[in-house]
This record gives sequence, structure tokens and C-alpha cells, in this order.
Amino acid sequence: MTAAPEQIDVLDEAREQVLERGVGLTEAQVLKVLELPEDRIPDLLALAHEVRERWCGPEVEVEGIVSLKTGGCPEDCHFCSQSGQFPSPVRSAWLDIPGLVRAARQTRDTGATEFCIVAAVRGPDKRLLSQVRDGIKAIREDGNDIQIACSLGMLTQEQVDELVAMGVHRYNHNLETARSHFPEVVTTHSWEERWDTLRMIRDAGMEVCCGGIIGMGETLAQRAEFAVQLAELEPDEVPLNFLIPNPGTPYENYPVVEGAEALRTVGAFRLALPRTILRFAGGRELTFGDLGAKQGMLGGINAIIVGNYLTNLGRPAQQDLDMLEELSMPIKALSQTL
Amino acid sequence: MITTVYCSFCGKEEADGDHAFCRQRLSMIDPPRYCAECARRMVVQVTPDGWTARCSRHGELGSAR
Ligand code: SF4
Ligand SMILES: [Zn+2]
Ligand SMILES: [Zn+2]
Repeated sequence: MTAAPEQIDVLDEAREQVLERGVGLTEAQVLKVLELPEDRIPDLLALAHEVRERWCGPEVEVEGIVSLKTGGCPEDCHFCSQSGQFPSPVRSAWLDIPGLVRAARQTRDTGATEFCIVAAVRGPDKRLLSQVRDGIKAIREDGNDIQIACSLGMLTQEQVDELVAMGVHRYNHNLETARSHFPEVVTTHSWEERWDTLRMIRDAGMEVCCGGIIGMGETLAQRAEFAVQLAELEPDEVPLNFLIPNPGTPYENYPVVEGAEALRTVGAFRLALPRTILRFAGGRELTFGDLGAKQGMLGGINAIIVGNYLTNLGRPAQQDLDMLEELSMPIKALSQTL
Repeated sequence: MITTVYCSFCGKEEADGDHAFCRQRLSMIDPPRYCAECARRMVVQVTPDGWTARCSRHGELGSAR
């Protein structure tokens, strides 16, 4: 009688493959991680943390974001309170240049190295791009040397070139979810259109920031699919959001992602993306409360958005900075990023 | 002084129904969206360390962080 073949533990595999060799998990492996029983989560997070330390180092990248143009977006991303297609209470607003300069200064004062200017649009028009240009100029005239990122929707090649000329060093454009799930979430544009913008950004030499939202009705298999599709893109940064069910949106009654599931996702994404900046973004307050944020930081995350988000509020920046100090995690300095 | 008649999360009358969920959201991650005096949707700007919310009739409110 032969013994049954021994079940290979996916975390043992990951230790050799991801930690030792720096090779991200495959889709099937990510799925296995997402299906780990709850009592294996501490092992997963410990390994993900080791991977992050080994391939990214101990620093944490701190970023602030602000909405330059809020609401009234013509697209129909079903999670988004800024779509003009749903009865959301979010009204259109523009931030003026002095307000933008103040927001950049507030962000710099936290020790952050990244400031992301965001607009709720399908893609930028001339007015928006000129506002961004004037804004960046004013931020520099204020003596603020923080690195500037933008998130202005889908771009043409000409617009990509303009942003490079303005000194924008990173561009955020989220694929949001797995390719197979995207048509359920957005009908006004395609996953492939987003992918095309991302390729242009990469080819123009800007850093690529591309992530998504967990908890939009995707299956675990689709979550694994998404992690691997992101890995294929080789983004410099992946912001990980957890759905905030916002009033008026088609997803307003979706459940908040439960803490254990969110932590499994954090660990799995780190093991799929060993070298990427993995950022805690929106929704962590609802999903984790105050406790889980720390577990995430010790489970593969190496970047955070501090302060408020675009239409939702975050914890006060100081609370997160105190957490990093307590965890003895150094904040990435500007000089290291140049 | 502001008379709170309407819930600034859902815009319905405070006296009408249960707003425990609304209050929880307002205490955690949401700025006010509806004017407490007249329930108009306000123009809200969130910034890294605060927010402002303006009602066309009752003026502007702001966070005091
Ligand atoms: S394109 Fe952006 S702002 Fe517009 S609906 Fe989609 S997520 Fe919201
Ligand atoms: Zn209410
Ligand atoms: Zn009012």
C-alpha cells in the first residue's frame, strides 16, 4: 500500500518561491492562500511581512491625497459616490489653487513623500489639466518639494506627455477588480481601456500606481485572478481599498469586508506582488477599526494614505504616524525616493 | 445656533426613525452631506486634515481638527 501523496502546504511553497526567490504566487496559489482557514492567518501574515522586509525593506511610504474635482463624473463605477449617474448625496465641487497648496502643505507636514491630486472624471479636459499645471506650479512656489502623483482618469498620449512635462512622477489608475468581474462593476468603459492608459504611463516613464477595491461581489477566484493580473502589469504601487458601501450607489447595501478576510487578502496580495509598494487605502477604518491596521502593517503592507480620502474621512494622520513609531517602522524619506 | 432637524448623513428627519447607523458613519468616515437645518445637499470639500460643507441657504460648516 502506498501512502497518500502529502498535501503540499501553500505557505511552505510560498516561503521557498516568494521569500527565497522573489517569485510571486500563481493564480492557483493565491486562491489557496485566500482559502486558508482562519487559524493559519497569523502564519500567512508573518510570512507576508518577511517577504515585504526582504524584498522592499523596512520603510513605509506615506502619502496624502486630495480631490481637486469632486463628484459629477459621467462614468458608472458602481462603488463610486462621485458618479453622476446615481442618487448619491455627493455634489460637485472644485478645490481652488490656494486650497490645493494648503492640502499639499498639510500632507508634507506629516512627513509624507507623496501627494496625489485626484479628479472625478472619465479623463481630463483642457480646463482640468491647466488647473493641475497651475496647482503644481503653486505647490513648488510654496517651497514644497513633495513628489506629486495624479489620478485623472483615462489619458491620451498627448495628455501623458503633458503630465510628464509637469513633473508628475507617478500616475494612479486602478483596474479596480478582476478582468472577468469588471463588466459587473462598470459599464461605461472597459478594463482594456484602463489597461491601455496604464501601458502609456509606463512607456512614458512615469511610475504606475494601480490597485482596486475588495468586496464588490467578486468571488475568491476572481480576487486571485485580480492579484495575478496586477502582477502582470508590474506596477510600482498597488493601493488596496476595501469597499465603503456608500449611500445612493448600487453597492450601498453590500456588506463591509470582514477583518479576517481582509487580512487574508493583504497577505495574499503581498505574496503575489513581492516587490510592489502595497498601500493601505480607503475602507480600512470600517473593515478593521483601529486594531487591524496594525496587523495589516505587520502582514505585508508597506505604505499608507494618511489623513482623509477624497469624499470619506480617515483617521487623523498623527494616529497613523504614532502607529508606525510604535511598530518601529521608519517612514521613507524624500531623499530615498529621488 | 444650529437647530438639528435633519440627519446630516441620510437627510431624513432626526425624529423619524433610527439614525444609529448614520451617527456611527458620521463619527468614523463621513463628513456631513445634508444640512441639519433644511436637509439640502451641501457642497462638501474634503482635504487631508479636514472638511468644509456649505449649504446654499445656511452657510458653511467646517471640521475643527
Ligand atoms: S471614473 Fe472614477 S470618479 Fe468616475 S465614477 Fe468611476 S471611480 Fe468614480
Ligand atoms: Zn440618518
Ligand atoms: Zn441649510
